Amino acid sequence: QNFCRNEYNLTGLCNRSSCPLANSQYATIREEKGRCYLYMKAIERAPFPRRLWERVLLNKNYEKALEQIDENLIYWPRFIRHKCKQRFTKITQYLIRIRKLTLKRQRKLVPLRRKIERREKRREEKALIAAQLDNAIEKELLERLKQDTYGDIYNFPIHAFDKALQQQDAESESESDAEKEEEDEEDMDKREFVEADDSDLSDFEDMDKLETSSEEEQEEEEEVEKQASHSKSKGKTPLKGPARRKRPYIEIEYEEETEPTTKTK
Amino acid sequence: GSGSGSMVGDGSCPVGSVAEDGGPSVSERVLFPPTFSVSEIKNKQRRHFMFLRWKQQQRKEKLAAKKKRRKEREALGDKAPPKAIPKTIENQRVYDETTVDPNDEEVAFDEATDEFAPYFNRQTVPKILITTSDRPRGRTVRFCEQLSTVIPNSHVYYRRGLALKKVIPQCIARDFTDLIVINEDRKIPNNGLVLSHLPDGPTAHFRMSSVRLRKEIKRKGKEPTAHVPEVILNNFTTRLGHSVGRMLASLFPHDPQFIGRQVATFHNQRDYIFFRFHRYIFKSEKKVGIQELGPRFTLKLRSLQKGTFDSKFGEYEWIHKRREMDTSRRKFHL
Repeated sequence: QNFCRNEYNLTGLCNRSSCPLANSQYATIREEKGRCYLYMKAIERAPFPRRLWERVLLNKNYEKALEQIDENLIYWPRFIRHKCKQRFTKITQYLIRIRKLTLKRQRKLVPLRRKIERREKRREEKALIAAQLDNAIEKELLERLKQDTYGDIYNFPIHAFDKALQQQDAESESESDAEKEEEDEEDMDKREFVEADDSDLSDFEDMDKLETSSEEEQEEEEEVEKQASHSKSKGKTPLKGPARRKRPYIEIEYEEETEPTTKTK
Repeated sequence: GSGSGSMVGDGSCPVGSVAEDGGPSVSERVLFPPTFSVSEIKNKQRRHFMFLRWKQQQRKEKLAAKKKRRKEREALGDKAPPKAIPKTIENQRVYDETTVDPNDEEVAFDEATDEFAPYFNRQTVPKILITTSDRPRGRTVRFCEQLSTVIPNSHVYYRRGLALKKVIPQCIARDFTDLIVINEDRKIPNNGLVLSHLPDGPTAHFRMSSVRLRKEIKRKGKEPTAHVPEVILNNFTTRLGHSVGRMLASLFPHDPQFIGRQVATFHNQRDYIFFRFHRYIFKSEKKVGIQELGPRFTLKLRSLQKGTFDSKFGEYEWIHKRREMDTSRRKFHL
């Protein structure tokens, strides 16, 4: 099925009956800038190419325009009349559609520039790496915790106190001395802890204590704090702290032994 | 020139032999004229070979210099000069004169009287409307839903061909404070996030990229609950950045519920704003664990408009002009 390239063609197909060059009597509808015109070609004007196509402006009203077509193409073959009216209908329909669409929001197509897209993507990746988001968020949260925005929800004030103490110690003396002192303190604590338990409890428990104390050695600050809390609890209730951990085990066996030690203390 | 002349004999042999021959012969006589540079050799193979050799030499020199420096440092011991700080883009950033000084009075005054003042004074509670462009596809719809779970007091409405300009008066009538429009392109939310503060407030147009829905995030936690999250705004230094930061902060209600332990972060780095949503837990005083829930995306500011959304007649406060603003790699605007 061939398409005709001639702009005056009525149907768009390349047939003998619809070729404007092959027929000496021909008519078309064409639209320009939203107005429709009826073009007619007559055999009398064949030697005058400039005046060949006669143009009639059609009415804006659809029915009146159809009547106009009829009146101009009276006595013309049925085929051409019919096809002209069909073409006119189609043209008016698409003109209406254009007008409707322009009232709605138009989508503006903005072309992407490939180089820029690539550049932006790469920069974003690098920025992401440089941002170190997790660290930044954690730092910010810890800052807020320090500045007490959370109020009393989180129970870390003891630790804050201890840390403040340690900081004071560190500030008052040089760093190495403070470290040594702290280490001594820790050792002292440990020694106290272990000796007391040695005298009181059985070997099994001692081993457990030693293990736990060695575990605590590995963790630094929590250990100091735990020991501080342990030493505090030791002051108040001598053996309940460690004993609490193994209460189901202890209660059965060591009730007798604890009593004499409390007396001695 | 004489450079290419000295290599004539080698050029006729295949490359392997050139490498072998060129090595000893050149190390014996380093006789290039002072204006010779590797890029002047016309023959690609030879030029490439000379370039590699030059590179190796550079590397050796650099290594030697490093070793020397390290020895010096060890020799000096305590008195060695402190290590040099490596240059990063953030270090080298071109100083922006609109950087906000925390003590600046003018800025403080401006912020007390701009459009977000009622929000920051706790007079208004944010109510957000999230919508998309026409006919959103699956990903966009799901993203909108997740976004609405992340931002408390937000509603998602679909747009069936309504013009934004007509939507805005309706929103104002129904007491919304912010409007978010997510534009999409080829089924993914892509080109635009329009954030409009409603009663006559500024409109920011961002370009959104690398959107990850909840199911695409690895090691995520459970769904975000309805508690009001905290907001973290990082690195918004300039005036423009400040106003954008305030705008983003005004999306969330002002009183976070700490029980929920959720935090929404807008982190600005080199003009890219990264949004993340986490749940945190304080393991001890110095350690906090965070777990990512919630969608994540990055934004890049394209334009900031003074009034509500109006592309033709609006007064633009800031537009990203590529030719003028992207010239330097170390200049950032937020």
